[in-house]
Amino acid sequence: MAEAIFEIFRGNSDGGQSVTYRVPIAPGMVVLDALHHIQAHQAPDLAVRWNCKAGKCGSCSAEVNGRPRLTCKTRMDALPLDKPIAVQPMKSFPVIKDLVTDVSWNYRVNKKIPPFTPRPGTQWKMYQEDVDRVQEFRKCIECFLCQNVCHVLREHEKMEQFGGPRFFVRVAGLEMHPLDSKSRTKMLKDELGIGLCNITKCCTEVCPEEIHITDNAIIPLKERVVDEFYDPLLMLVTKIRGAKRE
Amino acid sequence: MTTEYETHDHDVLIIGAGGAGLRAALGVLAQGVNVGVVCKSLLGKAHTVMAEGGIAAAMGNVDSADNWRTHFRDTMRGGKLLNNWRMAQIHAQEAPERVRELEQWGALFDRTKDGEILQRAFGGHTFRRLCHVGDRTGLEMIRTLQDRGVQMGIDVYMECTISRLLKDGDRVAGAFGYWREQGRFVLFRAKSIVIATGGIGKVFKITSNSWEYTGDGMALAFEAGAELKDMEFVQFHPTGMVWPPGVQGLLVTEAVRGEGGILRNKLGERFMEKYDPKRMELSTRDVVARSIYTEVREGRGTEHGGAYLDISQKPADYVKKKLPSMYHQFKELADVDITKGPMEVGPTCHYMMGGIRVEAETAQSSVPGLFAAGEAAAGLHGANRLGGNSLSDLLVFGRRAGLAAADHAQTVQNTSLDSAQIEAAARELLAPFERKEGENPYTIHRDLQDVMQNLVGIFRTREDLTRALQELGKLKERAEHLSVEGSRMFNPGWHLAQDLRSMLTVSEAVTLSAIAREESRGAHSRIDYPNLDATWGTKNNVIVRDGDTMALRQSPVPEMPDELKQLLADEK
Repeated sequence: MAEAIFEIFRGNSDGGQSVTYRVPIAPGMVVLDALHHIQAHQAPDLAVRWNCKAGKCGSCSAEVNGRPRLTCKTRMDALPLDKPIAVQPMKSFPVIKDLVTDVSWNYRVNKKIPPFTPRPGTQWKMYQEDVDRVQEFRKCIECFLCQNVCHVLREHEKMEQFGGPRFFVRVAGLEMHPLDSKSRTKMLKDELGIGLCNITKCCTEVCPEEIHITDNAIIPLKERVVDEFYDPLLMLVTKIRGAKRE
Repeated sequence: MTTEYETHDHDVLIIGAGGAGLRAALGVLAQGVNVGVVCKSLLGKAHTVMAEGGIAAAMGNVDSADNWRTHFRDTMRGGKLLNNWRMAQIHAQEAPERVRELEQWGALFDRTKDGEILQRAFGGHTFRRLCHVGDRTGLEMIRTLQDRGVQMGIDVYMECTISRLLKDGDRVAGAFGYWREQGRFVLFRAKSIVIATGGIGKVFKITSNSWEYTGDGMALAFEAGAELKDMEFVQFHPTGMVWPPGVQGLLVTEAVRGEGGILRNKLGERFMEKYDPKRMELSTRDVVARSIYTEVREGRGTEHGGAYLDISQKPADYVKKKLPSMYHQFKELADVDITKGPMEVGPTCHYMMGGIRVEAETAQSSVPGLFAAGEAAAGLHGANRLGGNSLSDLLVFGRRAGLAAADHAQTVQNTSLDSAQIEAAARELLAPFERKEGENPYTIHRDLQDVMQNLVGIFRTREDLTRALQELGKLKERAEHLSVEGSRMFNPGWHLAQDLRSMLTVSEAVTLSAIAREESRGAHSRIDYPNLDATWGTKNNVIVRDGDTMALRQSPVPEMPDELKQLLADEK
């Protein structure tokens, strides 16, 4: 039977190393199947986070041959099998154990975002054409792969100043909700640091839900921030008004 | 030895953070009562996220003739009248308001031309009734509840497993468990506890359920003295993927049939004409699952042992818009383009109708202070659940459980816990580390899945079930001697050892109940008793703890008031 060789990170926050495992290949197999096979037969304590194994929950994120992927959707027959398959935890988050990382920072960022706030006396009527673009954002399964590849977080570790693509998607879903009445542009600028994004589109490339994160969420939000805070005409008006008031 | 553990106090503790658990938490907070939510996974990853087709609620947005009475009647008929009528009534009456509430919290459903929530057809529902978002309704629901919960400030203990409920006399007073991450112990003291842990699918080999579905809540409640009801009724969803092997069992939403998908055998025959010519593909799940299974058994199955499900007669853009997850799932995992050709599908374990017996109004179990909602509770669905009634169940009874648990917590005095219970719970958790050279829990789990799949599956016989019971006895014995390697830190082998205990308990309850019910009704099909038996139509099987063993008895199905009887007698 054909075999694949895996080199999987084993370790914790103190460090670790890659360990080699051999796994028999079955038709249609995905990387998560191989990880389960290793748990059942070779390393029962191999730490892996997963839930649905159907690409719907976004739990099994890892880096396969250096590429951030959902392991439940990474087909073995799409990987070169003549060399070992490297599986590493997501690099941008602290390792807890093996492939499991501490993603709690994301939950803390999420708490800062003001919730959906309907206008008083809202009539609950919405039309499909008005919800289409928001429904795209709500497909997000919170796999945090976009957060993992974003260089503002991955290389520059600006966790304190920057919210990351996942939360720009969340804010876009709220800002563009046809019945929402709250403005989040100031917090996008000040607390979520949207200005730090220089639209390299790395997030869009890795999104397993194929959300157009950069084009449909981040750029329109950046435009809103610019319109509100950096519009030259508006700045001039504010300046004159401000001067008068002085 | 004195065990080290951290302690948290809440008036109400909720175990499980899927739709029912989160909705219950919001119910508790609405009463101004303190609540904590414990879940085995990260927040937002619970099984609810996999629900696809929609939420059943008689809103009448598409078919204006729809109303709660029709929804009630469909639910009771689908459940072969074994349902708790009052739960079915409350559910049908309250579901529309629960859906509107989700919308007011930010959920964005697909829309009708008039700007209302769009509703689609589904098996067993007389009218187009399922409020939906493409085929990712569960994700929309859990995200909405999660965001609302975050906004209201619920305390969530993520990646934490409860292994024992603790009692003060006859009432619940707390729960003991461990943090999955570091393996440290944790004690929760609470006046009310709501079980919202979902189902048991992981006891079967072919299942659409995630790893979390190990029947923990039912086992915890059973150990604490609560009754389990209708445990023989396990729903096999007719359409799971059958190929490739790694994705076997993965759900293919009923929405494919709701949107017009057609089932055929390898000869190209539309075989539902034989089994249910009136409702065809949109017959109830028990009927469609048995039909596919029968076609395969009689040699008319597809290459990989399933049936063909075809939606490719619809325009490709329409399929991609209405069934985007299915399109991607087949394209990426099976190399099949469902806009061009058929899918191969077969039955997969999907849902547990049985569970903790609760009162209809309050969701309280027979143990004071212990509540249950969602799939972990029994009663609403009777012998077979209709698609779409699960998400509405979570909302309606999650809310009610939360409200009642909050009320209860406000009426009881402080509870006390004796340390012996805590020490026993800790010892039990550590035992697998102390045993050396025992079996690996993965091997026992695999063998359990084989037993349940082969002997307690879609078609049952006394002979198979009796053998299953013997095999379960042996597995229990083996599980008592298993050992785990490594440390307590994020150790899946250790975690499985705990889950296995729950799985063995619920498997035994399913098998015992299935042996007792000598008839075929809804999801329970006995080859040796192929017909409905009127005397069994008036009885629910109930499992209760008797010392160290499981006792089974029958309890009469509560009688309906005349006006509801009349509803069921009305036009077919």
